[in-house]
Amino acid sequence: MNEMLPRAAIRAARTNLVWLALPLLAFGVAVAWILSTDPLSGFRNGAPPVENLTFERTVFDEGGLRLLVRAGGSEPMTVAQVQVDDAYWQFTQDPPGPIARGRAAWLKLPFPWMLGEAHAVKVVTSTGATFAHDIAVAVPTPQATTGQMRLQAMVGIIVGIVPVAVGLMFYPVLRDVGREGMAFLLSLTIGLLGFLLVDAGAEALELASETAAIFQGPVMVVLAALSSFLLLMAIGRRSGAPAGVALSTYIALGIGLHNLGEGLAIGAAFAAGSAGLGTFLVLGFALHNVTEGIGIAAPILKKRPSLWTFVGLTLLAGGPAVIGMWLGSLAASAQWSALALAVGAGAILQVIVEVGAYLRRQSERGRDVFLTPPVLAGLAAGAAFMYVTAALVKI
Amino acid sequence: MEKQTRQDLLRRRSLLMGGLAAAGGTAICTSVAMGQQPANHAGHGAQAIADAADPMPSMGHGAMMTVGDVDSAANGFDPTDMLTDWDTGTVSTLPDGRTLRTFEMTAEDREIEIAPGIKFPAWTYNGRVPGPALRAKEGERLRIVFRNYASHPHSIHFHGIHAARMDGVPGAGMVDPGDEFIYEFDAKPFGCHLYHCHAMPLRRHIHKGMYGAFVIDPDPERHPEHADVARSRLLGTPENTGWQELVMVMNAFDTNFDAENEFYAVNTVAHAFMKRPIRIVKGKPVRIYLINVIEFDPINSFHLHANFFDYYDQGTTLTPTLKTVDLITQCQAQRGILEFTFAEHEPGLYMFHPHQTEFTELGWVGMFDVVEALA
Ligand SMILES: [Cu+2]
Repeated sequence: MNEMLPRAAIRAARTNLVWLALPLLAFGVAVAWILSTDPLSGFRNGAPPVENLTFERTVFDEGGLRLLVRAGGSEPMTVAQVQVDDAYWQFTQDPPGPIARGRAAWLKLPFPWMLGEAHAVKVVTSTGATFAHDIAVAVPTPQATTGQMRLQAMVGIIVGIVPVAVGLMFYPVLRDVGREGMAFLLSLTIGLLGFLLVDAGAEALELASETAAIFQGPVMVVLAALSSFLLLMAIGRRSGAPAGVALSTYIALGIGLHNLGEGLAIGAAFAAGSAGLGTFLVLGFALHNVTEGIGIAAPILKKRPSLWTFVGLTLLAGGPAVIGMWLGSLAASAQWSALALAVGAGAILQVIVEVGAYLRRQSERGRDVFLTPPVLAGLAAGAAFMYVTAALVKI
Repeated sequence: MEKQTRQDLLRRRSLLMGGLAAAGGTAICTSVAMGQQPANHAGHGAQAIADAADPMPSMGHGAMMTVGDVDSAANGFDPTDMLTDWDTGTVSTLPDGRTLRTFEMTAEDREIEIAPGIKFPAWTYNGRVPGPALRAKEGERLRIVFRNYASHPHSIHFHGIHAARMDGVPGAGMVDPGDEFIYEFDAKPFGCHLYHCHAMPLRRHIHKGMYGAFVIDPDPERHPEHADVARSRLLGTPENTGWQELVMVMNAFDTNFDAENEFYAVNTVAHAFMKRPIRIVKGKPVRIYLINVIEFDPINSFHLHANFFDYYDQGTTLTPTLKTVDLITQCQAQRGILEFTFAEHEPGLYMFHPHQTEFTELGWVGMFDVVEALA
C-alpha cells in the first residue's frame, strides 16, 4: 500500500508525526524537570502537611464500633489516637500504618456503645490535627442476613413496585381520555419528573458534600448526570424519537433510577438508625410514587400492550428500590450514593426531554402546546402533588 | 516465677480497680493491636499486662487508653525519671561566705512526642517539657544563666521574691534569640514554686511548654520551732532521704490549636503512669511537689484513691494548711506539697487522677504501685 503513496504524502505524514510527538516530548521534559529539581521546594514554609479525613461508614456491633475513614491529605496520614466521647480508646487499624492519599482504612474500637444514644468520635493524627464525627443515634448496624434482606426487599416492594403498579392500574380509565386529557397526563408526567430532577440533584449534591475531597463530589455529580443524560439520549434516538412502549420504557428507567436513589436513602437511614423511619414514612414514600405509574402509562394509552409489558415496566420502575435498600443499608458510602443519584438525575432529564418532544408531536400546535391550559395545569399538578407528598417523607 | 507475679498483679488489679481503672489497666491490647505503634519495648509494665490481657475485652470494660507507647529515648526525657530528677545546679561560695547556686538554662524549639504517635512542636527549657525541676535552699544566692537558642524571644519569670529587674517580663530579662541573660536573686520564700516564660502572647508561650518546677527548701536553722519538718524537706539530709519525693507538673496540650486541650498529663505524657505505675515503698512516706500549669482550663485537681493526705498550700508553711483530705484543687500556677503514707495499706495499685473526669479520660491519670520493698 505504502508503495502506492506518493513520496510527498509520506513526508507529510512523517511531519505530522513529529508535530504530534513534539508537544508530548516537551511535556515529558517538564514533568521530568519538576520531579528531579523539585522547584516547588521554594514554597515550602515548614507548615505541617494539609490533612483531611472523611468518615465514610460507621458500624456498631457486639464487637464495638468500626469506622471506615478515607485520607485526603497532601501526604500519607497517620491515625495516632482515637477519642470517643472525650476519652481515648484503644483501637486497631486495618490495614495498619499511614493511610495514603485517597485510601481508606477501618478503625476498630472495643467501645461499649449505648443503644439509642449519641456518640462523638474524634480522630487525632500524628500532627495533632483532629477530625470529628458525630453519631446522632447508635443502633446495631443491620447485618447481611437473609431475614434482614427479605425484610428490606418487602419495604422496597412497598415503596417502589406497589405504587407503580397501582398507578398503572388506572390504565383502563385513562384510555378514554381525549386529546386534551392526554396532554394533561403527559404534562403531569413532566411535572412530576421535574420535581424528581430537582430533588435527586439536590440530594446528590448534598451527599457529594459529605464525600472525601478526592472524589470532587459536586463535579462528579454534574458530570455523571450530564453523561448519563447524553448517553440515554443517544441510545433513545438511535431509531428516531421514542414513542409508545419505548418512551414508556425510558420513563420507567428514569423513575427506576430515581427509586434506586430513594431506596439508598431509606436503606442508609435504616442503617444510621433514624428512629423516625417508620410505617408512616414508608407509606408516604409509596403514596408519593403512585403518580409515577400514571406517568409511565401515558405514552401507551393508545397501544394496548401485553400484560407482560406492564409487568416489565413495573419492575423496571419499582424494582431498583429494592436493590437501593440493600445497597444503602449494607455497603454504600456517600460517594456511591451520590453517583447513583446523579445518574438517576441525568436519566430523569432525558425522560423530561423525550416526553416533552412527544407531547409536542402529539399536538398540531407545536411548541405552543406548552402554553395551553391542560398542559400548564398538568405541569403544576404533577409538581405540586410530588411536592406535597414529599413533605410526608422528609425526615 | 516471673510469670506468677505478673498474674498476681493482674488479679490484684481486677480486684482493686473499678470501672475506669479496669478499663485502662486490664485491656491494653497486644502490640499487634497497637494501631500505629511499632512493637512495644519488652519488659515494660504495659507489655507485661498486655501479654496476659484479653485482646478483645468484654464490652463492659472496653479499653479506655491511648494506643501504643511514647519513645522516651527520642524525646530525651521520660516522665517517670522526671519525678525524681532534681536540678541542683552548681554550688560555689561567695566572698561573704554565702552559697551561690548557679543554674544553666536554654530555650530551644523542639518537636516532642506528648502521647503515643503525636508530635507537638514545643518550645522548651533545656529540651524538655516541663523544664528542669530546680531545687535550692532558702537564703542561697541564685544565679540562672539563660541562653535563648529558640526562634522567639523568651524569658524566665520566677515565682518567688526578687527585684523588678529580674522579673522576666518584657523589659526585665526578656531574651532575644541568640542572646543571654543572667537572673540573680536570693532564694526566698521557701516553698513549692514554679517558673515560666513571660513573653507575649503569654498563653501561647506557656501552653507550648515553657514552664517548670522551682522548689526552695526551708533552712532548718531559720525555723527552730519546726526544725525537724524543715530538715525532712531539705534535700540531702538524713531526714529527707526517709521520704519518697516526687515532682509532678500537671500540664496539657492543645494539638489542633482550637484553645482546648486534646491531651492531659502529669509530666507531659498522657497515660504514662497508667502504663508504668509509680513504684512506692510501703514503709516510706510520700511527698509530692504538685504544680498546675494547665492552660485553657481554669482549674485542675488531684485526687488520691484509698488514702488521705496533708496539704501545704504553696509549700510556704511547715504545718499543713489542709489536714486529712483526699482532693485538692489548683488554679493555673497554683501549687502545693502533698504528704501521705501507705504504711498501713496492703500492697497494690492505687489510682490518682484529677476529679475532672474529662481530664482523666484524656490522659491525666496514674497508679501508685505500693510494694513491700524495692526489689
Ligand atoms: Cu517563651
